[in-house]
Amino acid sequence: MLKRTGIPTSDDLQSVTPDKERLLEGPVAIIECFNEIPCDPCFYSCPFKAIKKFDDINDKPELDYSKCTGCGNCIASCPGLAIFVVDYPKNRLSLPYEFLPLPSVGDKVWGLNRAGKSICQVEVIKVKDPDKNDKTAVITIRLSKKYLMEVRHIKVGDLDE
Amino acid sequence: MILLINTDLLVIGGGPAGMTAALKAAKRKAEVIIVERYHELGGQLTKQTHRFFGSKSEQAGTRGIDIARGLTKEIQNMSEIKVLTEATAQGYYEDKIVTVSYQNKFRKIRAKRIIIATGASEKMMLFENNDLPGVYGAGAIQTLMNLYGILPGKKVIMVGAGNIGLIVSYQLLQAGVEVKAVIEADSEIGGYLVHASKIRRTGVPIYTGHSVKSAIGESSVKGAEIIKLDENWQMITGTERFIKADTICLAVGLRPLVSLLIQADCAMVYVPELGGDVPIRDENLKTTNDQIFVAGDAAGIEEATAAMLEGEIAGLKAASEIGYLSEDVVEETRRLKRELKKLRGGPIGRKIRRGLSKVRGDDNVKKNRYSHLR
Ligand SMILES: Cc1cc2nc3c(=O)[nH]c(=O)nc-3n(C[C@H](O)[C@H](O)[C@H](O)COP(=O)(O)OP(=O)(O)OC[C@H]3O[C@@H](n4cnc5c(N)ncnc54)[C@H](O)[C@@H]3O)c2cc1C
Ligand code: SF4
Ligand code: SF4
Repeated sequence: MLKRTGIPTSDDLQSVTPDKERLLEGPVAIIECFNEIPCDPCFYSCPFKAIKKFDDINDKPELDYSKCTGCGNCIASCPGLAIFVVDYPKNRLSLPYEFLPLPSVGDKVWGLNRAGKSICQVEVIKVKDPDKNDKTAVITIRLSKKYLMEVRHIKVGDLDE
Repeated sequence: MILLINTDLLVIGGGPAGMTAALKAAKRKAEVIIVERYHELGGQLTKQTHRFFGSKSEQAGTRGIDIARGLTKEIQNMSEIKVLTEATAQGYYEDKIVTVSYQNKFRKIRAKRIIIATGASEKMMLFENNDLPGVYGAGAIQTLMNLYGILPGKKVIMVGAGNIGLIVSYQLLQAGVEVKAVIEADSEIGGYLVHASKIRRTGVPIYTGHSVKSAIGESSVKGAEIIKLDENWQMITGTERFIKADTICLAVGLRPLVSLLIQADCAMVYVPELGGDVPIRDENLKTTNDQIFVAGDAAGIEEATAAMLEGEIAGLKAASEIGYLSEDVVEETRRLKRELKKLRGGPIGRKIRRGLSKVRGDDNVKKNRYSHLR
């Protein structure tokens, strides 16, 4: 249970995952932010107004999947590092990353699940670390479809470790 | 002879609450002195390398250190504000004078109004061997690591899964330190779940319903014995487990730093929801001593956004009481109070709301904890 372990349950996840049809259409944000906290920067970061304006700053973010283009702008804005973009057709996942050294494009690294277990090898295909992201890099990886909804972190370094 | 300095407003403590209070008052042309015991302004913010939560309009999403830098710069550009660093307010005297030790010299300051924004100190936790070298408070670890670039150890056990425990765990991971586990006595994680999830997915286990029974080691920490707790927080014998580590970091809560408020005869109440003894005050943060306001963690443990809003309200009110009136005061104060209310509106704010209900009103003044001292 999320409140005891920090690992969201499948029910939690279902509430923030678009249906298969939307996933098949192309990249979309998955916002894994499950408790009502006084926080709202994600709303301001979305150029497409896909994240609904917060009536109350404590509301949970609400995403309109039909407006979300999967541009990934929101990823680095979230202080909770809770936003990911999944590109189902292209087997890609973009995630926030705040550790050094940053991986390089082409690197093979471990994909970790929400419990921190290394579950598969993934390939780094984009590393974005512009100044405007203020040190939160956005890493895009390619991985097997079956792990797209499982992997949420990467471990850079020797794969044999 | 001890120099006596006169000013309109004295702000004690240069954290986010004190800085915003000073700015608000100075912008209305009040003459302000800030005394800060550390060598620079910023308070807790100088150690916060992570992005802040809160409302975007109060700089959420920005890293704490950058918020501190921004406010410090603004203060340096205001000729109305004089900043004394390495200046510790020592005492408040009956003649309404505050004594300050400033770079090893003694000073007296007489101000028309005083805003006390001294922040908080860390709570300690009782367990066997808790005086072993290698047992640290979270604040000390942040200071070592984020200000001086010194790692406290290689393998850390974090005690406390509130926001501070979770955030400091994350900062340790970023510094390349292994966090062996986060131990939390409560049955649920107290901090924001997004923080918990972000350390969990790096592989750090979070053990709720657990505590530290003893630190293990001869001359320094070699590990800790942790134990399961029942719903009444009693240890369940037979559930002990050893975790190897060279550092135990305690993040078990903060307590408002209120000694100056007690000296100044402000009525105090004990409010566990706010972290301990806090002063009774009205909506403008005025205490029961007409000269004194309080703001930020010293008024109750909360967050930087709340501290900044409280600082602004107190600064504005203090300036107008001194005589620096401006047309927008009423409207601006209303706006700030609205923001504060919104911030405290959700479920996370419930505890704060409950706490605040105990610090207002005449009935509560009668409960003054220190009245017997008079
Ligand atoms: C690990 C950690 C993470 C946090 N993360 C967040 C977050 O993400 N978002 C958020 O909103 N908040 C966060 N906070 C909380 C936030 O930092 C505090 O709520 C905020 O700093 C309180 O501001 P303050 O001005 O009241 O006190 P402080 O920042 O504590 O400042 C008080 C100042 O007063 C000075 N002082 C004390 N006594 C004296 C004296 N006698 N004379 C002179 N000077 C004195 C101190 O040196 C200090 O500089 C975090 C706190 C911690 C510890
Ligand atoms: S991915 Fe782009 S469009 Fe979708 S919510 Fe984030 S910022 Fe908005
Ligand atoms: S910015 Fe992140 S943590 Fe804050 S509300 Fe949005 S998703 Fe949640």
